[in-house]
Amino acid sequence: MRKSSCRRGGTPEDIRMKNEEEASERPDNTAFTQQQLPAWQPVLSAGIIIPGFLIIGLAFLGIGIALFLTSQTIQVLEMDYTGVEKDSPCFRCTSPSNQTCTCEVTFSLSTLFTGPVFFYYGLSNYFQNFRKYGVSKDDYQLTGDTQYFKSPRDVCFPYAHDSKNNPIVPCGAIASSMFNDTFELYQIINGTKKKVPLDGKGISWWTDYNIKYRNPLPVNGSFASAFDGTVKPINWPKAAYELDLTDPNNNGFLNQDFLVWMRRAALPQFRKLYRRITEGDYATGLPAGNYSLTVYYNYPVLSFDGRKKVVFSNVSWMGGKNDFLGIAYLVVGSLCVVMSVVMLIVYAKFKFSDDDDA
Amino acid sequence: MLRRRINRLCGGDEKRLDSRTIYVGNRPCPDTEAFIPSKFCDNRIVSSKYTVWNFLPKNLFEQFRRIANFYFLIIFLVQVIVDTPTSPVTSGLPLFFVITVTAIKQGYEDWLRHKADKEVNKYLVTVLEDGRSVRKESEKIKVGDVVEVVEDETFPCDLILLESSREDGTCFVTTASLDGESNHKTHYTVSDTEKDLQALTATIECEQPQPDLYKFVGRMHIYQQEQEQEQELVVRSLGPENLLLKGATLKNTKKIYGVSVYTGMETKMALNYQGKSQKRSAVEKSINAFLLVYLCILISKAIVCTTLKYVWQSKAGQDEPWYNQKTQKEKDTNMYLKMFTDFLSFMVLFNFIIPVSMYVTVEMQKFLGSFFITWDKDFFDPEIEEGALVNTSDLNEELGQVEYVFTDKTGTLTQNNMEFIECCIDGFQYRYRDTLSEVDGPVNNQQQNAGQEKEELFLRALCLCHTVQVKEAGSEVLVDEVDGMDGLLPQPEQETGFIASSPDEIALVKGAMKYGFTFLGLESKCMKIKNRQNDIEEYKLLHVLNFDPVRRRMSVIVQNNSGETLLFCKGADSSIFPRVRPEEVDRIRMHVERNATDGYRTLCVAYKKLSAEEYAMADAGLMEARLALQDREERLISVYNQVETGMSLIGATAVEDRLQEEAAETMEALQGAGMKVWVLTGDKMETAKSTCYACRLFQRGTELLELTVRTLKDEDKKRDVKLKELLQEYYKKAVLDAPPVRPGVTRSWSTANQDYGFIVDGATLSLVMNPPCDDDASQNKSFFLQICQSCTAVLCCRMAPLQKAQIVKMVKNSKGSPITLSIGDGANDVSMILEAHVGIGIKGKEGRQAVRNSDYAIPKLKHLKKLLLAHGHLYYVRIAHLVQYFFYKNLCFILPQFLYQFFCGYSQQPLYDAAYLTMYNICFTSMPILAYSLLEQHISIEILLHNAALYREIANNAMLRWRPFLYWTLLGIFQGLMFFFGVRFLFSNPALQDNGQVFGNWSYGTIVFTVLVFTVTLKLALDTRHWTWINHFVIWGSLAFYVFFSFFWGGIIWPFLKQQRLYFVFANMLSSVSAWLVIIILILLSLLPEILLVVLRKPRGHHSQQKKQSQSNVGGNQSPESSTRPLLMRTFSDESSPVV
Repeated sequence: MRKSSCRRGGTPEDIRMKNEEEASERPDNTAFTQQQLPAWQPVLSAGIIIPGFLIIGLAFLGIGIALFLTSQTIQVLEMDYTGVEKDSPCFRCTSPSNQTCTCEVTFSLSTLFTGPVFFYYGLSNYFQNFRKYGVSKDDYQLTGDTQYFKSPRDVCFPYAHDSKNNPIVPCGAIASSMFNDTFELYQIINGTKKKVPLDGKGISWWTDYNIKYRNPLPVNGSFASAFDGTVKPINWPKAAYELDLTDPNNNGFLNQDFLVWMRRAALPQFRKLYRRITEGDYATGLPAGNYSLTVYYNYPVLSFDGRKKVVFSNVSWMGGKNDFLGIAYLVVGSLCVVMSVVMLIVYAKFKFSDDDDA
Repeated sequence: MLRRRINRLCGGDEKRLDSRTIYVGNRPCPDTEAFIPSKFCDNRIVSSKYTVWNFLPKNLFEQFRRIANFYFLIIFLVQVIVDTPTSPVTSGLPLFFVITVTAIKQGYEDWLRHKADKEVNKYLVTVLEDGRSVRKESEKIKVGDVVEVVEDETFPCDLILLESSREDGTCFVTTASLDGESNHKTHYTVSDTEKDLQALTATIECEQPQPDLYKFVGRMHIYQQEQEQEQELVVRSLGPENLLLKGATLKNTKKIYGVSVYTGMETKMALNYQGKSQKRSAVEKSINAFLLVYLCILISKAIVCTTLKYVWQSKAGQDEPWYNQKTQKEKDTNMYLKMFTDFLSFMVLFNFIIPVSMYVTVEMQKFLGSFFITWDKDFFDPEIEEGALVNTSDLNEELGQVEYVFTDKTGTLTQNNMEFIECCIDGFQYRYRDTLSEVDGPVNNQQQNAGQEKEELFLRALCLCHTVQVKEAGSEVLVDEVDGMDGLLPQPEQETGFIASSPDEIALVKGAMKYGFTFLGLESKCMKIKNRQNDIEEYKLLHVLNFDPVRRRMSVIVQNNSGETLLFCKGADSSIFPRVRPEEVDRIRMHVERNATDGYRTLCVAYKKLSAEEYAMADAGLMEARLALQDREERLISVYNQVETGMSLIGATAVEDRLQEEAAETMEALQGAGMKVWVLTGDKMETAKSTCYACRLFQRGTELLELTVRTLKDEDKKRDVKLKELLQEYYKKAVLDAPPVRPGVTRSWSTANQDYGFIVDGATLSLVMNPPCDDDASQNKSFFLQICQSCTAVLCCRMAPLQKAQIVKMVKNSKGSPITLSIGDGANDVSMILEAHVGIGIKGKEGRQAVRNSDYAIPKLKHLKKLLLAHGHLYYVRIAHLVQYFFYKNLCFILPQFLYQFFCGYSQQPLYDAAYLTMYNICFTSMPILAYSLLEQHISIEILLHNAALYREIANNAMLRWRPFLYWTLLGIFQGLMFFFGVRFLFSNPALQDNGQVFGNWSYGTIVFTVLVFTVTLKLALDTRHWTWINHFVIWGSLAFYVFFSFFWGGIIWPFLKQQRLYFVFANMLSSVSAWLVIIILILLSLLPEILLVVLRKPRGHHSQQKKQSQSNVGGNQSPESSTRPLLMRTFSDESSPVV
């Protein structure tokens, strides 16, 4: 922007014009032009700052205590079931030869695990936040637009076609790598297994389920035939339209497990919601006792040194268990309080020294 | 003759020759067989830069020559070509915006120039062709055409005046649009041409076009056809008085004819309007330095990421996990090429660290900010009905950084409003008193009278020895006109007005009038004066030996009725005394020196009777010299010097040049602000010294170190030896013995330090600067410079304009390259105004040249105080804060994105959504800082004006040095780390909602971004000391806009987006209590150091401010309120109060 070049090197006509304008234009005498706009000049006097800090500090301490206590009440049960150690129940599933492998993880609860209990699976050293991985999906397919079923977007490569060049639906790396371990939870009462009902609804974002993702419209009344001419992602055991045959509202792209997987995790160590335990005898929580978790072990993570775990947790108003927030609030709150005291001392000292000067 | 032939033959090679030949009326000359018209450029004026066709490429080329634009273009191209994490839109859109806005602005400006050019070029003029008058468009005028110009028209090209409708062969012009001087200047026809233009056959030989408006040499060969066969060749000299410049306006003359000599782009006007070199401010240099640092940060970030990426990938299974396999193409790509594209991708990802919008904001800030100077009503001068003028807005902040002020004396420190105070005739003092003037005869003696004869001779000399014109009262145009010279002053009692190029002359003529000798005017080389007996005396004006600053005197040669030829000479004492009989000098010298110490301008008047032979010799010499084409000036001066010898001194005059309003207060404020004031003047030492005392630049305690011709010639040593001695002595005194001065503090209020004032004159200066032998020249020079720098005030007198610039240049290039400011009002100050970092013009009486060449123009000297102390200070603080803030906010913007790479496998995954990346600098954080940088007054204007010492706090670019830069950078890093790791720890459990659902990566980025936007905006809010409603509006408005935009952006499925990745992310974030809590605590934690700093610094800053204020009251006990003021310190404002 070279405004000056013109203003300085103007032709004489310019200059004369300018002179005439100026002669007629006495500067406006407004508060704005004279830089005299009424202004609030914040004076951070000690009288405001010290009580301010104190109040903020106390408030933070209060919030911190509440957070910390809340976080302490949250029960968490984490179990790694990758099967790295030889004595772990799922070790035998880690050998690649084992195609369909089931293993059983047992645990016992000494007290009631207050409900509603949330059942998460967790992966670590798994980079859902790879850039290439993250863009590798076709949003048009996922909104149910069958036009894009035949010609997936370029970003889906190399997960767009199978070896016979049939288009994959849903295409892309994210969909293709969908987590496919499944779990069943049993309470062991007197040696007999009592199945704990797991609720798979409401585990994905409401907007994802209701607005963002759409299934293709059924063709001739058949949902499956909307997928005609396409193949399932290579790693999937079942096609998209077979994800949940029991509940048509949980099928296809609207399958909640699928939706949860499609929302990429922020960090390489993450957990995703698998089920909620809200029904039957377990609505108030998991009572004390022995439990057995049957794992249908499908998902390979050892090739990239990953880990798999299951997490049982209940939540509070602040979400899952997280001590960080509470501690942070406590630290900052006490810092503010200390600061206000220090400032009080400093201020008093300065005030006195000023009196001396005067 | 031979030479002319050659000229004609080599018409095409005109440029190489030093003169051009023009055929009047394009008619062949009788003595040339073949008439070959030379090729000159046509009369088209082209001030525009572009045409419709070349606008786009040329403008783009020029814009991309700027390093920043080019950088962003490269980034954009990388984004287009290479597969990069962010879409090209993110950097293309801002760049496009910047380029478009600039192009539109420049295009508009060029369109205006085109329009102006067209108006000038298509203007119809009358050209005499083959005896007929033809109306032609101005652009079609050729060199040699005879052009007719009527009253109030401007001349279409540079013309030699051939014929005027006035009978005495003169015409009047004003050059207001050329140099701003609105007085009427008389131009003369070439004698012998005004008889019959149709029959005139002549050639003009003149120099090649050159830009000096006041120089022209040429020669006219006129072939007079007295008899049919015989042709007589007459040669006439041509000077600037014959040349009518394009752009000047014909006044008071019905019509003239002139032959065009320079046309189009070769006219003096066009040559003078070529662009000047751009001045760059120190802030810009700082920006470039910081930019370099950030570029290094950027590159090292990219290198670190690229390296780590390949280190990380080398681990088994990391490079290509089964869930994220590469395409065949990617696998085939060369490893090094991949590394390079990765490097470029990282560059693109982090490129936002160098803010594209900073340039736009800085430009906007400068452009809009400069309006506050124009608008300031304190700069409005009711006398000239004008306020301040800003010629460039690039230097606003430089006004807050001035270390050296170079000021002109006449017209700047003083009013250039001359008043005749007293005179001394033959050693007797005459002081004029109003009351006695009419009754007792005008001359009132104090002790004794000089002889009547001497008195009258003196007064006649005053009446005759000048170039004043009488304003014609008869012409109505002139009566109504407010003239540049005299119209400003109310003169109720005066029926005649005078016009002159120097106000001294008017003062003298008016002084003579008070004593009964009235100058009535000059008519056809005959000067009329009315003497005391009311008789009219007539003198034939034979020659005017013009004034020039080297000779410092002027003379006229007149012939009175009785046939006596007299030479009257007036000039500076130093130039007159050697040329008069020594015995007369002593009586008058005393008066002259006393007057000079009183601060008056003194002139000595001498005369000489010329015998017929003497005159004949002088006349011949002058004529010969005037006809010379080469070295005319030198020859004339040597003739002048021959004539002006052996005169007898009659007397001396004292003219008071009053100080400008508040000159002393202004100077004191500038010195209080730590600036060193140097007075550079062409005036003589005594006068200048007294002005310095009056302005309080020198005070009673100041020890003066004098390095002038006088102190040099004391002993019988050689001058350069003495010079060296003196320099060493002064150096020891002022530099070595003086206690070390703390930087930034040059003159404290209470210290007992000896103040030194340094006086140097032009002759000595040239001895220092251009020594005859250069063995210890550099040492002399460095001594000189150091003495100058350690003195509180320096007075350089007897300076030629170029020497002024030389001094400025010397200081400018000295160690630490201090910021210099030159202030002046006249053409002689232009060189130093152009040389200094900041040039200030005063809209004074000596024309508009200084104003035109200045960066800022103010009506009065007193306005300098507010311009520097208030405007300059504020602009500097504003822009410095703007720059630092911009770098800071982009650092803490990009740092989390950089850190995120460590958690995403160095895959160039952006942390923020593309919309946020693009909008951050354009929308979310740009307005508050712009408002801040326009409105902030961290200290109110009143306090800044009252307390000059505050100016020192920002001296030496204090806010843009490396320390504050480091502070801001560390702050940015601290906050960036806070943002990222705060959210990182929160996300150790991503189940943040009370329904147990988890957040993904875009939620992560959005939380960081929200904290970021709020923190940097609130950081600015913390820094804002002056909250107007605009600040409130933009700060809270920006935050509200961010929230609103995020809702909107995430609330709709945008059909044009391929990925709806932010869909409802923001709303979901807000539904999580944890997110709220983490945002609040991170904002607070990030700002905590800043708040603490403000709080802990505040009590000290506040009190010290009060202390300083009281101190300045103590120190400033010579402020206007105090009653004990030295007599010398009077100013106009004081005297205007009723004393009688």
